[in-house]
Amino acid sequence: MSEQISGAESLVRSLEAQGVTDVFGIPGGAILPLYDPLFDSSIRHILVRHEQGAGHAAEGYAAASGRVGVCMATSGPGATNLVTPLADANMDSVPMVAITGQVPSGAIGTDAFQEADIRGITMPITKHSFLVTNPDDIPRAIAEAFHIASTGRPGPVLVDVSKDALQAQTTFTWPVQMDLPGYHPVTRPHSKQVREAARMILAARQPVLYVGGGVIRAGASAPLRRLAEVTGIPVITTLMARGAFPDSHPQHLGMPGMHGTVAAVGALQKSDLLITLGARFDDRVTGKLSTFAPGAAVIHADIDPAEIGKNRVADVPIVGDLAETLPELIAAIEAEQAAGAVGDYEGWWALLNRMRETYPLGYDTFDDGSLAPQYVIQRLGLISGPETIFAAGVGQHQMWAAQFINYEYPNTWLNSGGLGTMGYAVPAAMGAKVARPDATVWAVDGDGCFQMTNQELATCTINDIPIKVALINNGNLGMVRQWQTLFYNERYSNTNLESFRIPDFVKLADAYGCYGLRCESPEQVDAVIEKAMAIDDAPVVIDFVVHKDAMVWPMVAAGTSNDDIMVAREMAPDWSGEED
Amino acid sequence: MPQHTLSVLVEDKPGVLARVAGLFSRRGFNIESLAVGPTELPEISRITIRVHVEGAALEQVTKQLNKLVNVIKIVELDPAASVQREILLVKVRSDLESRSHILETAQLFRAKVVDVSPESVTIEATGKVDKLQALMKVLEPFGIKELVKSGVVAVGRGPRSISDRALRAADRPA
Repeated sequence: MSEQISGAESLVRSLEAQGVTDVFGIPGGAILPLYDPLFDSSIRHILVRHEQGAGHAAEGYAAASGRVGVCMATSGPGATNLVTPLADANMDSVPMVAITGQVPSGAIGTDAFQEADIRGITMPITKHSFLVTNPDDIPRAIAEAFHIASTGRPGPVLVDVSKDALQAQTTFTWPVQMDLPGYHPVTRPHSKQVREAARMILAARQPVLYVGGGVIRAGASAPLRRLAEVTGIPVITTLMARGAFPDSHPQHLGMPGMHGTVAAVGALQKSDLLITLGARFDDRVTGKLSTFAPGAAVIHADIDPAEIGKNRVADVPIVGDLAETLPELIAAIEAEQAAGAVGDYEGWWALLNRMRETYPLGYDTFDDGSLAPQYVIQRLGLISGPETIFAAGVGQHQMWAAQFINYEYPNTWLNSGGLGTMGYAVPAAMGAKVARPDATVWAVDGDGCFQMTNQELATCTINDIPIKVALINNGNLGMVRQWQTLFYNERYSNTNLESFRIPDFVKLADAYGCYGLRCESPEQVDAVIEKAMAIDDAPVVIDFVVHKDAMVWPMVAAGTSNDDIMVAREMAPDWSGEED
Repeated sequence: MPQHTLSVLVEDKPGVLARVAGLFSRRGFNIESLAVGPTELPEISRITIRVHVEGAALEQVTKQLNKLVNVIKIVELDPAASVQREILLVKVRSDLESRSHILETAQLFRAKVVDVSPESVTIEATGKVDKLQALMKVLEPFGIKELVKSGVVAVGRGPRSISDRALRAADRPA
């Protein structure tokens, strides 16, 4: 007869068998039985200060490494505090498993202490969610959760386990037979569609590789580069795809979208063929959808069939894993080329190069000697180098970090793209540093974002996770303020956080056992970054006090057409004479 | 907007109906009727959904439903190639004078009288949506006290079964 163990022990063994090495979480009543065997496990449990921190840490861990991130919380408020990171992971296709304790099964439905229907709550914001009340089901639920989270379009999976299931006796066997009759992600592309795409690519005169975060999740950066080089087609990488294609590559036109480069936005608008790879025509990329890329046919390759045709009709839909699709597409193109078909993009490049040269990214400096935030971020990227991992919060600093840091490798740029979760940076950087301890990890954060989750600095200090934080402190909710400047007659309703004054971020860093540094002028920037780079025994926080009036440009105002992109306030690029 | 009938085979597990219904409301699709019940396979339930959507939206509904892990298979049933039925129970106001007229109407529609009281007649009718609509039109002048419909259930015509292939899919190793 098999050895009798508790459900909790079975869960820990399942995680070990699944190869989990690190977990972020906080114990509480309902999940207490799990924490007892976890105490003896080889799994490193990192005790965070807020469950939201555990969730974003698991996301950062996954985004930096490609492995499934794991977080844990107790029932009720512990579980509901995971809601934001779960929704975030769902929007950005982050492979993550969240394990929550639930009240004993007999108490479910009675409004028991710390009871919340977390499976129900998370149904619309997870890829899948389980409620386990029978201890014998634990290994299979864990195996299925990891399988679902990491295959197909990755995403978050929640496993809610009742306290009595954790306490009851059961047996443990591994591997387990999964039972998922409705889950069969398509990974192999249809070869006829691939050949049709190859034909269209070579026939097009103004094609663009519109690259989304799916390329990074699929680990398909290498074949993407080959595809670009085999064809000579220009590449744009969305906010989620920064790093999928080297920024230093001459075919890279930068980021499209609301704060994209004129060349990238212009390339989409003037294109005759969008080769869409793991992207989803998000409103931040398309602007007003009806005027987006009006002359372009669309090839849309994605592992999620529901993305194809959701926002924009695809002329050639290709459902499959990009790691399989791209090599097949390259082979099909090479076959066409061998048969004499040659892509002619010379005129297209002439147009794009003109746009690129006329409208490079730039920013204003200030006469009063105060710091331009873009300068800080640009220097940060150059000094820390291309191997560095950057995690950003949400807002102006996020856009500048996407614009002014050059990304050369996938999984080095982590941010909350879809949900736009302020507070993502610090815990995500923590998770990334745990996954990749040898990498330098910077959180580029705003003073608003930082104050939402900076309690995880305590976690970082205590657990020897020496992240670095570049706090772009403009004292305000900068992006909201920018919109107030542009669209609300400079009426700054509730955007002044007064964080030049309160809190004192250097003292705050000090209180958390971190190194706290401050930088207020351009001359100090390099020295302070270098000082931070030299520290590796504790987290560092640099309070960069920057000018509050810096704005993110270019900008396509929400709901307007990409054609109406502004390179600066009341300054539209001159596209006249650019018509073909 | 055109109406479509979707047959959705799902795993018989807790929470599945909530997932399906939640998906419709979250994505802004309107359900006209919904019927759930067991099938010939004990582990599989069948949900029949009638929706009002345009072609592109229908494709999106189907794709989103397919993404639910517990959904095994979705088939759109063409009215011409399927049998679609709904059951209706209606309690009609009646007195001695009107009763015979009501009974006649019921007979005309091959409906059954299942309960009679001095003030009411309860009629059970089965049929296509438009037949039941026609019946209701005739009964309305008598006064409707209470009405309940089952929601449409539907099955494709011919020898093939939509669960054959679903069962094979269920056997496929994951």
